[in-house]
Amino acid sequence: MDLLQQLINGLSLGSIYALIALGYTMVYGIVRLINFAHGDVYMVGAYAGFFAVWHYHLSFFPALGVAMMVAAATGVLIERLAYRPLRQAPRIAVLITAIGVSLLLENLGILILKPEPRSFPEVFPLALYNFGGLIVTNRQMAILAVGLVLMVLLQYFVNFTRTGKAMRAVSFDMEAALLMGINVDRIITVTFAVGSALAAAAGVLVGIFYNRIDPLMGIMPGIKAFVAAVLGGIGVIPGAMLGGLVMGVAEVMVVALFSSTWKDAVAFAILIFILLVKPTGLLGRPGGEKV
Amino acid sequence: MALVLILAGVGLLTALNIGVALGRFDQYLLGVMTMAAINVILTASLNLINGFTGQFSIGHAGFMAIGAYTAAMLSLFAHWPFWLVLLAGAAAAGAAGLLIGLPTLRLRGDYLAIATLGFGEIIRVVILNIPVTGGPRGLPGIPNLTNFFVAEGVMVVTLVFIYNLVNSSHGRAFLAVREDEIAAETMGINTTAYKVIAFSIGAGFAGLAGSLFAHHLMFINPASFSFMKSIEILVMLVLGGLGSLTGSVVAAVGLTFLPEYLRQFSDYRMVLYSALLIVMMLTRPQGLFGKKELTDLLHFEGRGGLGHSRDQKLD
Repeated sequence: MDLLQQLINGLSLGSIYALIALGYTMVYGIVRLINFAHGDVYMVGAYAGFFAVWHYHLSFFPALGVAMMVAAATGVLIERLAYRPLRQAPRIAVLITAIGVSLLLENLGILILKPEPRSFPEVFPLALYNFGGLIVTNRQMAILAVGLVLMVLLQYFVNFTRTGKAMRAVSFDMEAALLMGINVDRIITVTFAVGSALAAAAGVLVGIFYNRIDPLMGIMPGIKAFVAAVLGGIGVIPGAMLGGLVMGVAEVMVVALFSSTWKDAVAFAILIFILLVKPTGLLGRPGGEKV
Repeated sequence: MALVLILAGVGLLTALNIGVALGRFDQYLLGVMTMAAINVILTASLNLINGFTGQFSIGHAGFMAIGAYTAAMLSLFAHWPFWLVLLAGAAAAGAAGLLIGLPTLRLRGDYLAIATLGFGEIIRVVILNIPVTGGPRGLPGIPNLTNFFVAEGVMVVTLVFIYNLVNSSHGRAFLAVREDEIAAETMGINTTAYKVIAFSIGAGFAGLAGSLFAHHLMFINPASFSFMKSIEILVMLVLGGLGSLTGSVVAAVGLTFLPEYLRQFSDYRMVLYSALLIVMMLTRPQGLFGKKELTDLLHFEGRGGLGHSRDQKLD
């Protein structure tokens, strides 16, 4: 029973990782870039949600929408200003730029938003539900529900819309897609917007769940979500979802069975294991379809 | 012209050392100069891995931590002489580099970067969790044995060692691996062996720097060796130029002193620092010196840098 309880806690943490991991995996699938700044876009989203609730007194769903839009704009702006000029540059140069953007967002956050953690206003009062001994909070349910809905929407978008089809084409072969008349720049913009919006949703959910946000909150979840993306198979959308959930459960289990000080090592142990054993990830197929 | 410049440089260094010996610098400035020397060692050693061998590692602080903790514990608990402690710190980090390098260097590009990041963090988390290192509270009371002359001496030895290594036939193999791994392998170079050797030597010098660091600050804790420290070293390396030791020296010294002078704007310091990195990558991705050394610049025409190549391919 206790294990089952931890599983539920792990799944809600895992949904957060999955939502962030989706952005990593989509961007990597399209432009082959580890967007180091993605964790910080998640932070921007969390703050946007915070101000929407705290200052403008919006309720949960409008605040979520605002956060997603602000983060999408941030993601697109980053791509325009920092990554697009380096489209033809060596990949390491782009990777270093991404690290730079990440540092810039963190330090601008400290400067503008102040380094002190802020407590997220209560969007809805905490309620506990007891399912035969299993305790589930309404916040956990919100995380799971929002995560699930967004992932289903994303699957629909990628698999059944024209833009989604174009995304898959660009991911499969950028030059061929260009020759077929696909506006690659627009697709990349859309990818950054969608990925950043998902990260913002994760940020707002974390704010509600842990009740605490700060300008450096994106660093660790960002790295862990990246690990989740690699674990599932980078570039594969269902892989990021699976990887995120596995990561969340693994982390909660390690905290429950050993000690919370080891929790950050779990991610990296998983990462190194997967890189050495199956670098394409759980669901990755070499040469397979990637977005 | 060249001779004048070299003489000027040697003269400046001599003056600097005489100044230090005569006690013309205050404690604070001496401390910053010592840190600059340590940062030069870190940057040059990362240059061997990232710049000369082309293996992108972003976990350098982990090896620095191994060296620092090994050295600090040997000083505190076993009372070994300082020179032996330094060697032990370097050896421990080098051995760790070997152990970590063997499996991870099969990976390339982004994957290697992430794996080294992972190992760097794992080293930190392990130090955080074993009791002998003092955990998150760190190790206080390390004897203050690193003075400016020691740090400077070790720095010069490091630079001479790496410069000669890169210019030896083994060094040519490193450069060949960087330029084109498949071509290098075709030419009969054992690419895996050379990658691991470069990684291990680089890690060893990072450990040496860590040992100096521990005996300079007299206190270490795991937070000193976080991912941010690795990034700091990387920024110095990239600013100077991947593949240029001259660049490593200039950038490491510059970026050690610059923040000290920006203290009055300390709120904006890190913002400027990260903006600098982005602007650098957008406008001059090869860094200040590219792959050129001081000696190449002095000869002006006709000679390229180490492993001179027309394109600026970095990976």
